[in-house]
Amino acid sequence: MPENAPVWAIVVLPVALAVAAVVTAGFDAVLSGAAGRGHAGGIRRAGRRAATPVREALRLLVQQPRRTTAADRLLGRLGVVLVPVAAVLAGAVLPWGFRAVSDPSVGVVWFNAMEALAWAAVWLAGWGPNSALSLISGYRFLAQGLAYELPHMFALTTAALGAESLRVGDVVAAQEGVWFVVWMPVAFAAYLLSALAMAFWGPFAHPLARDAAGGAAAELAGVDRLVFLGGRWLLLVVTAGFSVPLFLGGGHGPLLPGWAWTLLKTAAVLALLVILRRALPVLRMERYMEAAWMVLVPLTLLQALFVAVVVLNR
Amino acid sequence: MSLELFLLLAAALFSIGLFGALAQQSVVMLMMGLELMLGGVIVGAAAVWHYIAPDAADGQVLVVLAVTVMAVEMAVGFAVVTALFRAREVDMTDMAAELKE
Amino acid sequence: MFDDVIFWSLAMLAVAAGVMVFRFDSMARATYALLLSLLCVGGEVLLLGLDYLGVVIVLMMTIEMAIMAVFMVMYMMNPAGLMPMTMIHNKRGAAVICAVVFAALAAGILLTPWPARRGRASADPTMDLGMSLMGPQMLTMMTLGLALFATIVVTVVLATRRGRYDRFGDDLKARTADDPVRGGVGR
Repeated sequence: MPENAPVWAIVVLPVALAVAAVVTAGFDAVLSGAAGRGHAGGIRRAGRRAATPVREALRLLVQQPRRTTAADRLLGRLGVVLVPVAAVLAGAVLPWGFRAVSDPSVGVVWFNAMEALAWAAVWLAGWGPNSALSLISGYRFLAQGLAYELPHMFALTTAALGAESLRVGDVVAAQEGVWFVVWMPVAFAAYLLSALAMAFWGPFAHPLARDAAGGAAAELAGVDRLVFLGGRWLLLVVTAGFSVPLFLGGGHGPLLPGWAWTLLKTAAVLALLVILRRALPVLRMERYMEAAWMVLVPLTLLQALFVAVVVLNR
Repeated sequence: MSLELFLLLAAALFSIGLFGALAQQSVVMLMMGLELMLGGVIVGAAAVWHYIAPDAADGQVLVVLAVTVMAVEMAVGFAVVTALFRAREVDMTDMAAELKE
Repeated sequence: MFDDVIFWSLAMLAVAAGVMVFRFDSMARATYALLLSLLCVGGEVLLLGLDYLGVVIVLMMTIEMAIMAVFMVMYMMNPAGLMPMTMIHNKRGAAVICAVVFAALAAGILLTPWPARRGRASADPTMDLGMSLMGPQMLTMMTLGLALFATIVVTVVLATRRGRYDRFGDDLKARTADDPVRGGVGR
């Protein structure tokens, strides 16, 4: 049965998430390198490419911060810091095997509330430097948020409905036999799409797109930039990782212990997202908006209806 | 903690919101005052649920009601401001007073 | 004891942030001060044992204020507060009214003989709420749903300038809508 992890898990959680984020970024860098400069050839060159994010982080640590005139530094900083903070707070309900740092009775809603902080965070980071392009990108993320939030909420609701509980531990326990992904494939797909959109990464990186000179991160340099972009990787890891307890059975699996299955499944989801990213162009949010509201919302609603009927007749 | 303390907090939030709603000229600032007043209502309803009748869910329903009113108030408020701005290029209550003529 | 500390810090923060909403020149700061105040309200609700409602308040207010900031910046004359100006009327009258209202409320709160607590909270207040909304309070729930739906229709009607004649031509015979921004499902 789900139980709370020991106190030291609070310290371990951000570290574990950061390690996962660095590994994911490294994998992405290897794929980027292979696409840009050809196959790595030796294991050493592949390793050098995988270390790119670490080198970039070290470079940012010593880079000069950039100052802009009449910047709202308080709000800008707040937005930058809020990205990793929201990711870690959302990660607090992530079960590691069968134990989470905290397993509140409304864990699913808590996760949703924490990732909603990203809305405020990206807009604030765009507003802070008093620069037109970064503010435009803040607005872009709000529009993207309006597009992804409804299908995302319906996907979360569907999983909670299947387990008849908002507690993440109960959702995992309900998947002891059949994983939710088997009978809620639409909700799973909608969840993965919104996870990408939430982390404004991959095909949903429009808020940080090149046509706006780097978007919300345009004026960020040095440690600010490191915290903001690192926070984005954390957000990606947490949102992708949360699909495991929601739809992929959490720690359930044969032979291996629960924590190993969680790790394996999270790695698989992240690898899938990183590989898929290369196949997809960056979406403009007005396009995703219409697709989300005209296609995804009805589909996820039908999915929720289907699950509700199944649960009622169980 | 006691019921009185929570209700005093609710009253304080309500009064601050009322001040904003009365004193601000801009429609959007006025709506922020209304939101603050509704925040006070939420605290009051939750406190009454906890300290007087926790076995009935009526207090919780009141909180749900207040949250919904907040959402509706903001959506309609901004739609009205948008319509007003399109028609008259005004965003202040005093200037909108001429609409009655 | 620990609860008292949390109560007082959240309460002080909520009231202070509430006051700052009307003192900041920058609209972004005012909006996020309001968000802080309402997040503290959510925290107080959590403290009272209403887990679900507290977290929902945090969720809703974050999204609501993030959207609100857009409108604040759009419609205020001085969104960033770079040129200090005052947009207040009848400040003294409003302050007097508020002081009187607060005094009256406080007197009422302190003088009323509040009834003692009846019954105990069940183990799962969230379940209570759901059962209540889907049972005895069904009418409330349906009214709320209808009100929200009406709000969606009303806000779209109020806020948009373009009607169907703009989109589909005067005889409504155009096959694809003439929209300034094209969507993602091929229209």
